[in-house]
Amino acid sequence: MSDIVTKEQIRRPENLVYSKTKLLTDKALSYCPGCGHGTAHRILMEVIEELNAQEITIGIAPVGCSVLAYEFMNIDMQQAAHGRAPALATAVKRLMPEKIVFTYQGDGDLAAIGTAETIHACNRGENITIIFINNGIYGMTGGQMAPTTLPNMKASTCPYGRDVTTMGNPLRMTELVAQLPGVHFVTRQAVHTPSAVRKAKKALRKAFDLQKENKGLTFVEIVSNCNSGWKMTPVQSNKWMEENMFPFYPLGDIKVDGQLVK
Amino acid sequence: MAKVKGDIVIDIEKCKGCEVCIAACPQEVIAMAKNVNGKGYHYTETVNEECTGCANCAIVCPDGVITVYRMKN
Repeated sequence: MSDIVTKEQIRRPENLVYSKTKLLTDKALSYCPGCGHGTAHRILMEVIEELNAQEITIGIAPVGCSVLAYEFMNIDMQQAAHGRAPALATAVKRLMPEKIVFTYQGDGDLAAIGTAETIHACNRGENITIIFINNGIYGMTGGQMAPTTLPNMKASTCPYGRDVTTMGNPLRMTELVAQLPGVHFVTRQAVHTPSAVRKAKKALRKAFDLQKENKGLTFVEIVSNCNSGWKMTPVQSNKWMEENMFPFYPLGDIKVDGQLVK
Repeated sequence: MAKVKGDIVIDIEKCKGCEVCIAACPQEVIAMAKNVNGKGYHYTETVNEECTGCANCAIVCPDGVITVYRMKN
């Protein structure tokens, strides 16, 4: 074999190891550069592709940055009223129990306006998968304080940092729903490094496998960055997330097979 | 020992220049281009031949613009 290998020799179909899944449309994502939403969309669609379930999956899009998720995911989608994605997913799953149903929600949608719907859907143990993207801020509306904003974290509505004495404490939705008997699998993941993305993908795969077995509700939180809301570069925000978000929102499984891990 | 040869193809018109792939690349193959694409973003480009086709860059790319090739053997 000659030592010189040209790029044309490498760029052949038989050498392909990774390309964007066909279940994402060719539309450019509407997210800011470096936003974790794009990675979360991609691994979600890769899992659906692995399960060969694109024709039997129905996704529920939220209100927030990911309101246009139905434009990017090349599967059947429906967009719900703000916070009501678990209620809509309940209806879809009950009418069509053979379908795989997931909701894709941000923290403003799931942890603020949709808290009641989320908790009741979890408590009823609906056979759906909830994917919760937590970036600790309202990204789409301009970086206002969210229920998940960390203590002393700056946002446009708390420019001196969140003061817990007047603004309340951050809400750990994932730990909250893990207490409910209808929930079968709860985990918290991230998508900022290659290893974290691989783990998050495995967690999503497990959640969908459990849904196919009708085990109950599966809940996957993905801690994500919001570099424009946090006023940082994408790489800085990923570092900030490791240093500040992960101590408060530790990664890992919280409930497996209906039993709390910690 | 034969060196593992890989290569990446970046869709520069869809790249938003977030630089997450640069931080993820163990071989320091990727760097920002001086030019901008149609949207006005500086895109990423490969600057050397050290790529091993590990696909770390493509796995973290939020916009899925990177396609990875690796020579078998």
